[in-house]
This record gives sequence, structure tokens and C-alpha cells, in this order.
Amino acid sequence: MSAVTAPVETARADRGGILVSWARRNAWTLGLLGFLVVLLAFTKVIQPRYGPIPVQGLATSVLPLALAAVAQAVVVISGGIDLSIGSMMALTSVIAATAMDGRSAEFGVAVVLGVLLLGLVLGAVNGALVVVTRVPDIVVTLAMSFVWAGCALLVRAAPGGSAVQWLKDLVVGSIGNEWVPRAAVALIVIVAIIWIPLVRSGLGLSIYAIGSNRLAAFRSGVPVGRTKVLAYVLTGLFAALGGLALTASTGIGSPVPGPYTLLSVAAVVLGGVSLAGGRGGVFGPIVAVVVLQLVRTDMTFLNVNTNLAVVAQGVILIGVVMVGSLVQMRRARG
Amino acid sequence: MSVATRTERPRNAWLTAATWRNLFRDRPIIPLIGLLLVLVAFIQVVQPGIVGLPWAGVILRASVPLAILAGCQVLTMLTGGIDLSVGAVASMAGFVTATFVNSPGGWPLGIAVALSAAALAGLVTGVGVGVFRVHPLIMTLGMSFVVLGLANVWQLQTVQTGAGVPDELRWLGSGQFLEIVPNSLVVFVPLTVLILLLLRRTGYGRLLYAIGDNPIAARLSGARAWQVLIVLYVISAVLAAIAGLIVSGLSNTASVTLVDSAVLPSVAAAVIGGTSILGGRGGFGGAIVGALILTVLAALLTILGLPEPTRQIVFGSIIVVVAAAYTRVTAES
Repeated sequence: MSAVTAPVETARADRGGILVSWARRNAWTLGLLGFLVVLLAFTKVIQPRYGPIPVQGLATSVLPLALAAVAQAVVVISGGIDLSIGSMMALTSVIAATAMDGRSAEFGVAVVLGVLLLGLVLGAVNGALVVVTRVPDIVVTLAMSFVWAGCALLVRAAPGGSAVQWLKDLVVGSIGNEWVPRAAVALIVIVAIIWIPLVRSGLGLSIYAIGSNRLAAFRSGVPVGRTKVLAYVLTGLFAALGGLALTASTGIGSPVPGPYTLLSVAAVVLGGVSLAGGRGGVFGPIVAVVVLQLVRTDMTFLNVNTNLAVVAQGVILIGVVMVGSLVQMRRARG
Repeated sequence: MSVATRTERPRNAWLTAATWRNLFRDRPIIPLIGLLLVLVAFIQVVQPGIVGLPWAGVILRASVPLAILAGCQVLTMLTGGIDLSVGAVASMAGFVTATFVNSPGGWPLGIAVALSAAALAGLVTGVGVGVFRVHPLIMTLGMSFVVLGLANVWQLQTVQTGAGVPDELRWLGSGQFLEIVPNSLVVFVPLTVLILLLLRRTGYGRLLYAIGDNPIAARLSGARAWQVLIVLYVISAVLAAIAGLIVSGLSNTASVTLVDSAVLPSVAAAVIGGTSILGGRGGFGGAIVGALILTVLAALLTILGLPEPTRQIVFGSIIVVVAAAYTRVTAES
């Protein structure tokens, strides 16, 4: 399938046009980034005291959802959807918080590795069920969300446990410059270690291929079933990272899934990933998560009823997707 | 009747696996009722004497709102969509009605306002899905945020007037005629007849199946999908609101998040009932049985003394198994 996509892009990217074509391909993410900058400037205007400390807080509070959005993005790009991300995060979070409770820092390292391994297993179970039963992804992962949430409640009936200090230090506060939140650095490192090598590998290409056109991918020799399972495995890994981030930022583990599943779907769509699959990346969804959170913050500063912030999130979600689909329709007609 | 024609040896046709497969595919409601009866029998074995008319009444009473919400999912899933806003719309309807109890108009005005608000939300959803081609998952998800937020704002506006579930709704939701037949059937039976007639006897119902089965063929045949979808999401939202009124009467509470936890079970009930999430196949009858199965299953797990976590795990596993069985038998058609 590399033969299908590559020539089109190189043909367009004639000398000097590489930057233009790159910008065109990432227009959505760049637009979103521009919107974020405007929003940040707006925040600074309405709240002149908005400085490094709130930015650090923003990064810390956004981290779990950002990782959930990355997790969702991977599986949506492969043409699926995972409605069990919130439950997987709850399960990994309670296990981490329970296992670390009162233990040493070294033991914490083992727990983190174990939880990441668990994330891989959870994702593999989801993916294997989708591939083997051939039931639509949305139904399988919906059912599995009950299963994982039930497992989380078995581990711990009420919120509790604790996180080792170094894990908390990873996501709270700043590093080097006070304007560089540790949570943001953690996110960048995670994405750089896992996502960037992935999209450059054959597996990454296969994931895009089966999301873009399953049949064509199959006929080109892509192992569709195996790739799908691996996409779910990656989603499980990112969900486990999200669960760890949840434990690190709150200091405890809660067995009740947060609103992360549906918010991650919203962030993925806002971030320019097509629900039909095969299109988009993880940077758009991450920016979208920050935008959604910042809108909430701004509405608090403006003394707007906080419930209207929920309305605003919904309106932004619908509005942006509507505009996107209008642009697409216009383009299809012209 | 198709059973006999399809198998080669009609005399002992009921013995072959193919027959069962055809039965499962053509009349999914029959094996589903079988599964329901097995569950009921199991309850009778575990706790002899519990199964009786009063017990059936309680189960039925608990199933009614879930069945209506599953109806929303069936209708939208037939066109290849889904309605995740049913929880927010239903909660909003129950809550808004409760806030009107002490107003001059009383609860009838409250119900009128609630149903109108729901219809308006459905209209916006329908325009988004039908005209702007927003993915139903996203559109209804966004709409649920909007409805929840606005309901919360309304809550702050009306906090002084005091909210209480009107007696009439409590009669409807939790009352039982002769301590057996739930009063909510007064609403549920006509609704069921209407939905079944709509799907089986009207052109609109056929359009729903057509759009879900093959949107391009439907468009080429002259179906105006956007009109169908707008009406569809209005119907779905109004059904959700009615379910919300019954839930608030059943639980005697009015809260803006009351019905949220029923959204995923409603999808599950529709799926268990044989409706394909990909569109074009399914029906409301199966969803009703699906809702009954989920309710009886929850009751069984409670009787077995299983804690809530285990119940959720079993619940999820059963959905996967039933859905996998469907996919297996329908894949070869």
C-alpha cells in the first residue's frame, strides 16, 4: 500500500512545495493550533495574572484525557472505535494505586511496568474479540467496558490507594523553565517514544491502510486481522498510560470510570481524525483536548455559569464537525 | 415457513443445525424468548417460589423504560446511526416536569414543556445528521453535552421553586394495577403498537430500513434521506423523554443525570434484540425481549448474591456472546 499513497504525495511535493504540501496535509491541526494560540492570548487578556502556575495546572489536568485521546486516535485510524478506554483507565489506575500503596519507589517501577503490560493484555483481549467474533467494534468494546469497569470495582470498591512520589513528580510542576510543565514533557516523551517510530514503521502504515480501505489493504497483502489486534493493543497501552497519569495527577485510584471514553471520541473528531478511519494523527486530538479544557477555564474566568461550559463543549464539538463536513461537501461538489 | 423450503430434508428439518441457524436469522425473537425463559427457569431453581405474577409485574415495570430507550436505539440503528443523547434528554424531561409542579400550569404544562424541549433537541440533532452529515455518534454525543448543560442551568434558575416528582408520574412509573400489572403499560402498549406499525406497515418504516441497508440505492430510488433523518431523531428524542418521565416516576427522583446510566444498556438491549448497528436489519420486538433479558439477568445476578462488579462482568460477557452468535448465524446469508 506504500505504492498507493507515496507517489501522490511526492508528485505534489515538487521543489519548494514540500512545506506547502505538508501544511496542506496538516491544515486541520495547524488551524486548531492557531485557535489554541488565539485562545491562550484571549485568556491572558481576560486574566492578566494567567501565568506559569495555571499553565502547569492545565497540563497536569489535561494529561489523562490527552492520553485517552491518543489511545482513541490509534484505534479510530485503524477503522475501529474503543468505547472501553475509560474503563481500562479506571482499571489500570486502581491497580496502580492499590499496588503502590505504602510501597517503596523501586517497587513503584515494577508496578508501572506491570500496569503497562496489563494495558497491552486488555487491548489484546478487545482486539482479539473484535477480530474473532466479527461483531462491530462499537458493540464489543461497549460490552467490554462493563467487564473492565467490573474488574476495577473488584480491585477496589471505593477510591483510595496512593501513588509513589516519583510518579507524581513526573506530572506535577515544571522542569527547567517554569513555563515548561512536566506533564507536557511527559506527554511529548511518550508520543515521541511510541507514536513517532510507529507511524514510520510498516505496522503504522498497515494501521492507516486497513482504516482507509480494508479490502484494498487485504488484497495488498496486509494481515488485516493481526494489524487490527495490534491497533487495539496500542490503544490498551495508551489507555494504561492514561490510567497511570490519572493515578499520578490525583494521587489515588478511582474504580468509577471518568468521562474519558466519550470525551476521547469528541477530541479525536475535533482533532481531525475521520471516524471512517485511515485519516488523521495524534497531534490534532492532543491540541483539541487542550482547547476543550482551556475553554472551560476561560468560562470560569469570565464568571460564566460553569454549566454553560458543558454546553459550550457540546456546541464546539457539533459546530466544528459541521463546518468540517460542510467544507468537505463543498470540495466534493466543486 | 421459510425453514421448510430452505432445508433439503423437511421431514426432520428441526434436527439440523441449518434449521436452527435459519430460525435464529429469520425469527430472532423466538430463540430470544427461549433464552428469557431459561433465565426465568434458572431464577425459579435458585430461589423456588419467587417467580410469580407479582414478580413478573416488578420485572415488567423495570423493563418498560429500558425497552422504550432501546426503541430509540433500534430506530436510529436501522438507518446506521445511534442515539447517545437519550440519557441526557430523558433525564432533562423528568427533571423539567418536576420543576413545574408548583407553577400555575402544574405538571401538564411541565410535561408539555419537557416534550417540546426534547423535540427541539431531536430537531437540531436531525438537522445535524441529515443536512450537515455529521456522524450520528458525534452529533448525539455533542447534543447530550448541550442538553445536560442547559438542564443544569435550568436547575440553578428554578432551585427556589422546589422540585418534586408529581403524583401522577409516580402513579405512572411505579404504580401497579392490582399490585401486578404496571401502570406504565398504559403508555408502553400504545407506543409499542405505534412503533411496530410504523416499522412494518408504513412507507416511512420501509425508508428507515432502506436508508440503513443501502443509502446510495435509497437515494437513487428517490428517498430524501435528510427529511427521514430529521423526523427520525425527533421521534427518538420524544420517545427518550417519555422514558425519562416514567423513570422519574419509578424512582421518585428528578435529577439531570438520572437516566445517564441507562444509555449503554439501551444499546445493549437493541443489539441483543437482533438489531444490527450497521443498519438495515432489526426490529422493536426483539429489543423489548432484549430489555426483558437484561432486567431478568440483573435480577438473577442479584438473587445469586453476586456483588455489583461481578454482575457488570457477566453482563458485558453475555452481550459479547449473544452478539457473536448473531454475527455467526447471519454472516452466511
